Amino acid sequence: MSKETCVSRNRKKEGGGSGSRKERIGGFWNWKERMGGFWNRKERMGGFWNQRRKTLFWIRFAAIYLLVVLVDGLLMSPENYGVDYSAKFIAPCFAHPFGTDYMGRDMFFRSIKGLSNSIVIGLLASAVSSLIALAFGVAAAVKGGLIDQFVSWCVDLCMGIPHLMLLILISFMMGKGGTGVTAAVALTHWPELTRLVRAEAIQIRSAQYVQASYRMGKTWYEAAWQHMIPQVLPVYLIGVVLLFPHVIMHEAAITFLGFGFSPETPAIGVILSESMNHIATGKWWMAVFPGLLLLLAVMLFDVAGENLKRLLNPNSGNE
Amino acid sequence: MKKFLGMALRMASLFAAISILSFLLVSNAPIDPLTAYIGANSTISESAKEEIAAYWGLNDPPVERFLAWAGNTLKGDFGNSIVYKQPVLTVIKERFLYSLALMLIAWICSGILGFFLGILAAAFHGSLLDKMIKLVCLVFQSSPAFWAGLLMLSIFAVNLGWFPIGLAAPMGKLASQVTLGERIHHLILPSITLSLLGIGKITLYTRQKLLEIFESEFILYARARGENTWQVITRHGIKNIAIPAVTVQFAAFSELFGGIALAESVFSYPGIGSALTAAGLGGDVPLLLGIAVFSAVFVFAGNLIANILYGIIDPRIREGSSHE
Repeated sequence: MSKETCVSRNRKKEGGGSGSRKERIGGFWNWKERMGGFWNRKERMGGFWNQRRKTLFWIRFAAIYLLVVLVDGLLMSPENYGVDYSAKFIAPCFAHPFGTDYMGRDMFFRSIKGLSNSIVIGLLASAVSSLIALAFGVAAAVKGGLIDQFVSWCVDLCMGIPHLMLLILISFMMGKGGTGVTAAVALTHWPELTRLVRAEAIQIRSAQYVQASYRMGKTWYEAAWQHMIPQVLPVYLIGVVLLFPHVIMHEAAITFLGFGFSPETPAIGVILSESMNHIATGKWWMAVFPGLLLLLAVMLFDVAGENLKRLLNPNSGNE
Repeated sequence: MKKFLGMALRMASLFAAISILSFLLVSNAPIDPLTAYIGANSTISESAKEEIAAYWGLNDPPVERFLAWAGNTLKGDFGNSIVYKQPVLTVIKERFLYSLALMLIAWICSGILGFFLGILAAAFHGSLLDKMIKLVCLVFQSSPAFWAGLLMLSIFAVNLGWFPIGLAAPMGKLASQVTLGERIHHLILPSITLSLLGIGKITLYTRQKLLEIFESEFILYARARGENTWQVITRHGIKNIAIPAVTVQFAAFSELFGGIALAESVFSYPGIGSALTAAGLGGDVPLLLGIAVFSAVFVFAGNLIANILYGIIDPRIREGSSHE
């Protein structure tokens, strides 16, 4: 009797049948069940955190962080990070959460202002880079032939030089400074996204409805605009979100090396390169907190982008 | 053979384009090479300046200047570095040796460690271990190289005092007197920083690929035959993820070059990265161009080695069948 119920219960459990293969195979993949679901948030929270909710959460979180830093930085009066020689090298405390530097400037306000500068550049550069990528990728797929070869050649060319080298060369040409670094990051982030967009557009190119629109006399431009670009948009949008953290990180790196913003502008790169002179004397806070702000921005966008990717990918969107 | 020729032609055109591009970028810079060479406050008369400019060919059209530079470069003459007052080739050779040690250690460490961490994470997919590995990798991947270096310096060199604060050898010692131990001691922190940054990518990639393979039919069949996890991984998993992992690791050459510029600048390590920064900041055009060409060769070598390794790892590619 008891054996029978046990079997039937088991059968009921398996009879659901809709589980992924992982669940059906059992074995080591099913360790969660053996652990009693202790670590499994999904079971504890009653399935609240599905992929869609997670994605929305991270995107909202990233957007709020971005907006708060951006608005705060743009509206901030320069007095907040003004020079005050009576308050040099104060370790983090209640009045100065990130401490102060060798000129008595408050590191918290200076970092926020710097990060908001980075964000402005990041938005601008990822817009420019991604539009180049969209135009190149779609044109390569639609026109094919020589144009396709030319685009791949350009991508190979840009990827043949280390990225940082290219950034240095461009900002060297523009005479360093803010415009140089903006131009450098805006003009060098398109190759990878171009590849993605091109691959996606090539798959759509042979679709029936695109072929049909050609037969009905649409020009390649109309076909690209009306049928290809709307289909490529998801890949493109994810690409933009994932591009953004790269851009702000490269901006900080170039500025850190001395090719970007001038030393008087508040920027994360400038702050960190200044902190290098004081780290040997134990002023750790000058490096730790500004970098942490940057790291948080980069990670938030990485996570938001990855979640978005998973949500829009039909194979894993329903998890 | 035809395919090989096409590839060689493409490579040659890319190299030509890279050197033209670098030359264009550098020669359009608002830095006057004469001022950079003789210094801003020299007392040379205007006519003498004109003479030097004419001697250097600064008044020639850009195409002529490029051809002159390219011709000399092909002969192996990269010109003289302004910052280091030495031939460019000597500077690159000398400094690349320092950088090579750093890059090799970081590259091998991050490759091997990342590969195994990725396998571990995939084997325990969904577990706490997997989540920890994923989180740590995400943090390493997102943290700026120079910031990580600064933290390392602050913790291990300044607070704990385990390692020296910078340079490749103790200060005030002749190069001939520096022992191997001292060199290694100076290498440890920069190479750990560099490897930490490379590890995230390879780990996440290996994990992702292995999980994809776990979903495939032949793994299901292997499990049905009664193979356990480690047997599945060693017999089927590793063979299938080795090639993509190797590709990713060789493609990381380009990022490695960028990382080394940042890491060397933090640790004031006298490698090719700090030479690049010095050249850019000091307006040293010959050295900047030399390093640009050199870095392109470096990235190209990485891709070439990956292509050759394919053949060794995967016999299907060696025999020329058009798999995939």
